[in-house]
Amino acid sequence: MHSEPDLPDLDPDRIKVIVATDCGSTTTKAIMIEEVDGVYRQTFRGEAPTTVEEPFADVTVGVVNSVTELQELSGRRLIAEDGTIIRRTSTDDPVGCDIYISTSSAGGGLQMMVAGVVREMTAASAKRAALGAGAIVMDVIASNDKRRPHEQIQRIRELRPDMVLLSGGTDGGNSTQVVQLAELVAPAKPRPRFGGAYQLPIIYAGNTDARDEIERVFTVEDDATGGFDLSIVENLRPTMERENLGPARDCIHDVFLEHVMAHAPGYDKLIDWTNAPIMPTPGAVGDILQTIARTQGINAVGVDIGGATTDVFSVFDGTFNRTVSANLGMSYSISNVCAEAGMDQILRWVHLDMEERELRNRVKNKMIRPTTIPQSAEALVFEQAVAREALRLAYQQHKEFATTLKGVQQQRTVGDVFSQEVSGSSIVDGMTLDLLVGSGGVLSHAPRMQQTAMMLIDSFEPEGFTTLAKDSIFMMPHLGVLSSVHERAAMEVFEKDCLVVLGTCIAAKGQGKPGKPCFSYRMSGGTTASGALAYGDLVVVPLGAGETAEVEVAPARGFDLGNGPGKPITRTAKGGPAGIILDARGRRLELPEDPEQRRQAVTRMVKATGMYDDLELAPNGA
Amino acid sequence: MAKAYTPGLKVAARTTHRARRLLPIAGKVCVSVGDVVTADDVVAETFMDGDITPMNMANRLSCPASEVAGLMLKQIGDSVEQGAPIARSKGIFGAFKTEVISDATGTIEQVSSVTGQVMVRGAAIPVQVRAYLSGKVVEVLPREGCIIENDVMFVQGIFGIGGETEGIIRVACSSHDQILEADLITSEMKGAVILGGARMTAAALRKAIEVEAAAVVSGGLDDEDLKELLGRDLGVAITGSEKIGITVIVTEGFGDIAMAARTWRLLADRAGRIASVNGATQIRAGVMRPEILVPLEPGENEHEVDPTLAKQAGMLDLGTTVRVIRDPYFGLLGEVSALPTEPAVLGSGSRARVLEVRFPDGATAVVPRANVELIEG
Repeated sequence: MHSEPDLPDLDPDRIKVIVATDCGSTTTKAIMIEEVDGVYRQTFRGEAPTTVEEPFADVTVGVVNSVTELQELSGRRLIAEDGTIIRRTSTDDPVGCDIYISTSSAGGGLQMMVAGVVREMTAASAKRAALGAGAIVMDVIASNDKRRPHEQIQRIRELRPDMVLLSGGTDGGNSTQVVQLAELVAPAKPRPRFGGAYQLPIIYAGNTDARDEIERVFTVEDDATGGFDLSIVENLRPTMERENLGPARDCIHDVFLEHVMAHAPGYDKLIDWTNAPIMPTPGAVGDILQTIARTQGINAVGVDIGGATTDVFSVFDGTFNRTVSANLGMSYSISNVCAEAGMDQILRWVHLDMEERELRNRVKNKMIRPTTIPQSAEALVFEQAVAREALRLAYQQHKEFATTLKGVQQQRTVGDVFSQEVSGSSIVDGMTLDLLVGSGGVLSHAPRMQQTAMMLIDSFEPEGFTTLAKDSIFMMPHLGVLSSVHERAAMEVFEKDCLVVLGTCIAAKGQGKPGKPCFSYRMSGGTTASGALAYGDLVVVPLGAGETAEVEVAPARGFDLGNGPGKPITRTAKGGPAGIILDARGRRLELPEDPEQRRQAVTRMVKATGMYDDLELAPNGA
Repeated sequence: MAKAYTPGLKVAARTTHRARRLLPIAGKVCVSVGDVVTADDVVAETFMDGDITPMNMANRLSCPASEVAGLMLKQIGDSVEQGAPIARSKGIFGAFKTEVISDATGTIEQVSSVTGQVMVRGAAIPVQVRAYLSGKVVEVLPREGCIIENDVMFVQGIFGIGGETEGIIRVACSSHDQILEADLITSEMKGAVILGGARMTAAALRKAIEVEAAAVVSGGLDDEDLKELLGRDLGVAITGSEKIGITVIVTEGFGDIAMAARTWRLLADRAGRIASVNGATQIRAGVMRPEILVPLEPGENEHEVDPTLAKQAGMLDLGTTVRVIRDPYFGLLGEVSALPTEPAVLGSGSRARVLEVRFPDGATAVVPRANVELIEG
């Protein structure tokens, strides 16, 4: 009735049982998706430690362990005698799954070095391509990065990337500079992480006229270090006005599978097991976010805050961007968040007395013992304050990176004289943001949903109407790779099981004076309520999960809720455990500078949301 | 997940330790299996490619890139000296010739006819790997390095700064819970591994650097003092390459915290002996903790029971001694007095698996299992 990995044709109509794994650095997470009454649902999940390190040194051990947990929970046999994942041949077969897919960030993920001629143009485009493919960008080398050539060479020598993406020049333009860059990279002989005779993959995605010269530069004769494996793809910036990141991203994925994964322990087996190419985890998250934005016609931002890094993904008007803030996280990197933001900035979110010297030691103790969890309410308040700053900094970096193309010639008219719009302005716009999704321990496992909602609002400062949600078990990677095989299944699971809608934030853009009118509201449908907010106020109107309400808001002069300053707007808002949060604290969100006034403002916010109600709060965690 | 608590750091009275000593790139191994080495001996060496110095020759000669090769006085593979002429322009009617001198000493590696760049490769850079641990070579990894084995007393710290060093153990504090102040450090401690007790002060560390001690080992350190020592706020716990003139190892954590009594006693009992010390810490994938290794004589410490390992083997149990590693009870030692199986709601509102700890004064507290580590009995 069933067979071992005899991979079936991927006919979407006969895919009823799906097993997906995400092999993370520490944990391998498996989920099962089944078609139930014509709708795809995530039914079971299992997890096990990732096994790329000694003593196992075989990623499939962790995969089998996590799938075995699925097997035990579901009662469906998934693992064959020989330890592989069973595929079934007919939809009546009670044993096995129809397809098995996986993502991976184990072993440090995909680490790349990027080089481009001009930092703000081709190098920025190359970085976008690498990040979009799910890579960690170790450094960007550019002809104008203010380092002298020997410093750049020294830096290249220190890095141990999995691959290098080289770009530069528009098609038909000057090829000298990009060849010059290649001439810096080649003799520096960057050594890959895997060492030995591994040929370092170089992807060239620059001026097509320079291809012959690039081939000459990277053809190394008589080289004991392994040399280079050069791939040439279409220019990622064929003209100043156009970015063409697709071919470079696809090539990065191919090279990732062929070279990087093939050198990671056990991946040769895993590649044979899967029905679709293994994707780097962040690349898969990017794919599902793009699919959602495209199918629902919305702008979306996703954030995944981990112990070491924070990833931010955005899709605005169909343009996808991803950034990785390498040293902003809640355990390994918590100390760096405090160093970068400053303790003052973190403590502005805290409404309790806390002693800075003690907190500094606590932060370092969390860094050196990253697996501990906050026990007291005070520790939780402090940790969530740190999270706000980590998220704020990561989003700030994202906004600075996600820009319109720089270097584009613009014709200006007299009407543009007073406009500040220039090429290279951020495409991230809080007012047009429809959906904000958070994931990662501090957001997903916050004891109360109101806490998650307020962390997202305080750090991302959404404007107008924004639906807030969390990915409770970080299922987005699995769904990202699934969307490449079965888009409908991915979308159905995303909406029904992956996203937990927290509520809606309705925030006025603009600045005012405390106590002066900001906006009034009237709600009908799932709830009936009306009122007015003064500048500085925060009001929560309860509206349950699955409910919606028609919300009519009328801003005071100078405030905008989506229809222009002072203009009323009516939209449908989704409910959730955090309800509808009406935010008149202004955008940009600035807390009072005076410590006592600031503390009163934060205390009002805490009381309005009830996020720490009934917790025993005492200063200094005593 | 199987383990909801943090296994303690390793503190072994006697253990067989293997030190892998590897070159960053392939090279020559200078020892053979069976050789006995001391910490200072060089066990492997190699040469790294020299630094590259690029010279934009087309610019300097004011000529097209394609003409650069014809104007070079030195060819690919030739040796050049810094300041010596390596190219000369044609000039105008044979006059006004421009001579370009080399920016670096080395060998000409490349002359590009596309960009007009000339690359000068400097002399190869020698790289040596020392034994670090005295002992016997038990394995040679051809072209990579070797493995040295010895029976040692092994103490892992929680956090350190500075790299590998060695020195004689000198005891500065009279007990495991005495704060290491500057006046406890004397000029006789030059080159020594100084054993403190509880928190070490910034003044004590400055004094240790002043007397040129090799390393300081103590229970705790204030983050503010660390910042002063490094001259910056440490963001990410990847250390070992700091050049501050000393290696520092914190055995327990940040703040006012005493060194575990057994750790202190083991080290104090070895006063006058040579210890190999490494402050390198990496708390990410592939965790690396700082370490103190004291090579032992045959039979030495053989009957000392290692309670940490014994407890780990038995996992978490009633009566196990644990240390709480998170506020509000940070640093307190106690015995596990109850192990409820059901998750409990914490003061933070989270649900987590917990245990009850009884402290020496008889008081008890319920703490998350993730917030304790096993320690000696």
